[in-house]
Amino acid sequence: MTAAGDRLGPTLFERSRPGRGGGKVPHPPKDALARIPADQLRVDGPHLPEVAEPELTRHYVNLSQLNYAVDTGFYPLGSCTMKWNPKVNEWAARLSGFASLHPFAPDELAQGTLQLLWELEQALAEIGGMRAVTLQPAAGAQGELTGILMVRAYHRSRGDLDRTEVLVPDSAHGTNPATASMAGFKTVSIPSAPDGGVDVAAFRAALGPRTAAVMITNPSTLGLFESRIGELLDAVHAVGALAYMDGANLNAIMGRFKPGEAGFDVMHINVHKTFSTPHGGGGPGAGPVGVGDRLLPFLPSPRVLREPDGRFRLERPGERPSSIGRVRAFAGNAGVLVRAYAYIRAHGAAGLREVSDDAVLAANYIKSQVAGVLDVPFSRHCMHEFVASGATLKAETGISTLDLAKRLIDHGYHPPTIYFPLTVKEALLIEPTETESLETLDAFVAALRAIVEEAHTDPEMLHSAPHSSPVRRLDETTAARQPNLRWRGMTGEQTPCPD
Amino acid sequence: MAYGPHTPEDRSAMLEAIGVASVDELFADIPAALRASALKLPPPESEAELAGRLHHLAGRNRVDLVSFLGAGAYRHYVPAVVDQLLLRGEFYTAYTPYQPEISQGTLQTIYEYQSMMGELTGMDVVSASHYDGATATAEGALMTCRATRRERVLVSRGVHPHYRQTLCTYFAGADFVADEIPLLAEGPASGTTDLAALERMLADPERPVAGVVVANPSFLGLLEPMAKVADLAHAAGALFVAVVEPVSLAVLASPATYGADIACGEGQPLGIPLAYGGPYLGILACREPLVRQIPGRLVGMTTDVDGKRAFVMTLRAREQDIRREKASSNICTNQALCALAASIYLGAIGPHGLRDVAALGAARAVELERALAEAGAPRVHRGPYLNEFAVRVPDAPEVHRRLLARGVLAGLALAAVEPDDPSLADALLVCATEVTTPDEIEVFAWTLRDEIERGRQLSLPSLGEGAR
Repeated sequence: MTAAGDRLGPTLFERSRPGRGGGKVPHPPKDALARIPADQLRVDGPHLPEVAEPELTRHYVNLSQLNYAVDTGFYPLGSCTMKWNPKVNEWAARLSGFASLHPFAPDELAQGTLQLLWELEQALAEIGGMRAVTLQPAAGAQGELTGILMVRAYHRSRGDLDRTEVLVPDSAHGTNPATASMAGFKTVSIPSAPDGGVDVAAFRAALGPRTAAVMITNPSTLGLFESRIGELLDAVHAVGALAYMDGANLNAIMGRFKPGEAGFDVMHINVHKTFSTPHGGGGPGAGPVGVGDRLLPFLPSPRVLREPDGRFRLERPGERPSSIGRVRAFAGNAGVLVRAYAYIRAHGAAGLREVSDDAVLAANYIKSQVAGVLDVPFSRHCMHEFVASGATLKAETGISTLDLAKRLIDHGYHPPTIYFPLTVKEALLIEPTETESLETLDAFVAALRAIVEEAHTDPEMLHSAPHSSPVRRLDETTAARQPNLRWRGMTGEQTPCPD
Repeated sequence: MAYGPHTPEDRSAMLEAIGVASVDELFADIPAALRASALKLPPPESEAELAGRLHHLAGRNRVDLVSFLGAGAYRHYVPAVVDQLLLRGEFYTAYTPYQPEISQGTLQTIYEYQSMMGELTGMDVVSASHYDGATATAEGALMTCRATRRERVLVSRGVHPHYRQTLCTYFAGADFVADEIPLLAEGPASGTTDLAALERMLADPERPVAGVVVANPSFLGLLEPMAKVADLAHAAGALFVAVVEPVSLAVLASPATYGADIACGEGQPLGIPLAYGGPYLGILACREPLVRQIPGRLVGMTTDVDGKRAFVMTLRAREQDIRREKASSNICTNQALCALAASIYLGAIGPHGLRDVAALGAARAVELERALAEAGAPRVHRGPYLNEFAVRVPDAPEVHRRLLARGVLAGLALAAVEPDDPSLADALLVCATEVTTPDEIEVFAWTLRDEIERGRQLSLPSLGEGAR
């Protein structure tokens, strides 16, 4: 594959040789642990790898080269907003003033970070049309939990104890129903209408005195703006329920639609999507939550406060008894939030609006080009992403969306999100983001077209794709049936190392 | 736009291909009445201006004090290689490894992380990561409820207060009960979990206990009787959740050896910057029989169609994108890059280096204990500790403030986080690690002695009046 050859290599455990490594920290006195009772001490191990720095470095550099990443290529992964991660943000988060600040540092030592967090809260509240924002949640899903726990606290504070249900459209991210369960609610699934929107009749029928909240992703996971949103929100509020906005798709609507203004009571924001903080191979992110007036008293503690004299401080324990409490230790993923702040300051209002405009433009452009290649089930203008379907291709050639996606790897692309949303057969959810050039978008469409051609001429080759990746399709069944979840240095059987 | 590539010509070409005259037409689905008011934000800044602003803000933080602050987040030396490797764009700009063929780098590093944490904790199964120590602890406690079908856990007051508070928030959502196990108020084991109280709480037949949660070292730095807790919990049919600190596991008994069913904790000490509380690393691990209850991603070893060894996310039927409302948790995004940092840190420092880190911190802590005692601040408790302990200082919050002005961050004034515990009103929680120097200890002890002395003199006149 590369000039250096196949980079699959041994695990760090297999590279270990007793006596290698060392020199990083001074040695302690021999009797350093003599005062610790023997029954508290470790008897054996830990059997961690012993490697020298050159080998360690090559191990990780070579592993890194097995990855596809935004830094290496186009990543049109729908619902994940794989936009460019600006380099200055990485630099900023590593500034010693930010990176070395202890989370229990007294407020007077933390004025820089507190100011940054406070200003970021204001900016996100403005973008979302919300009254206030908490930056505490560590990720979007934790933001959802925080939001729904606030909904629960709101109803309870009014003595309204019968609201046991949360309505979730069937096209929603899995985190929505999982969140409802964690917050003690029963999920009621609402079907989609043929045009991809929420089925208004089914929605109205499900609403009632037992409804605590409705979770709506707008634009939806189909990449469509819910044009009846005003009507839906009115119906939600008419029965005394609250409206939760899943802000996963905020990248489409900055400067165009403020959920709080439209009537949403609470929303979360994925800064690792819209605000460019890197995905890190799965995390960390941050999931700020914005609220309107109804939920303001219930925000998790501590909040970041600005005193009349302009100083900033964290709320003290117990200062606001109406709070739902803590959702994690300390004040939030501050290191991630520095990056989000930098992104917002780099753009300003006009820049963020342009981000959304360009994201929507790029998605509609790809959609217009893909329309002759694959099925595009929803023909109206999309937002920042759109759903294509390989249903016709499969019927004609036997090539599934999975095959097509795997073949895209051979053409040098990360596949789009596939088989999601669950409501579209053979779905591909394509999200180009605003940071990809027209040449890249065209080349991607050309690759799709070439693969569809291949599906007709050489289907076998597609069934067995990818062919050029470091490994080919994996045996996921055995992985699940006989899980091998950790290296057993001294015991278990090993699968032979590839070299 | 700061990072976009589109020229006006590009945009025109795209609009033409779509068949619309302007971008506005693409937003026609947004009802006119619901269109956003004008966005009001500070003006955009060039990278040079932005860098200046961020530099200024970072400079407003004070990170130059001589610090003895730990309390759940610890200063350690991080080998230079760790951040160099974390800056590989192939790692930090990749998404979750849902396409294993082009994600073997991330997948193998997660498998290695699981394996290293497995070695440290002795547990069979380690999740790919959770948000932080607090949320990992809350999820560990929820696992005990699912596994036992009971709805009550007992949490020692020796568990970090933020973890206890987070656990309570999560438990309120699940309608489960979390009761606190008190600490012994006096005696040689004062400050550790009250085993007699635990036994009584476990004995209530009306309210069966799913899990017992105890931290070692405790929030107060003390070593807990973990093996006895395990026996008591298991005798009552409950599971035992150990909250651990990973560096300490280089020298302290592992959760597996003292009978824990679940281990959780904060991975920040493993090469992750303090960064005002995050992003950190939630460690969550369990014994094999609990594997279906563990939340979050798991990576397993398998082979590809050519028989090559490879790695893949597995047992995914626990996760929200598959099981939706029946998932073991709603977690999706985790802290993968922090898990990678911890792995590289462990690889760089090695098992002997990690023992040195833990043992040198313990050695420095003893020097600190002696110096502070001589300065007039004796330990609050008597039992063994590793590298963190509480000292008694008259008017501790005020002395803490005064020391700040003199460039010393004297640990944590416990009254600030445990306001309801009068026994800690005059206590400072202090820690030493391998980066603590004898000079720093001397500066701390000297200024503390000075402040205690000053406090004594200030209070003399009133004493005099009382005597007259």
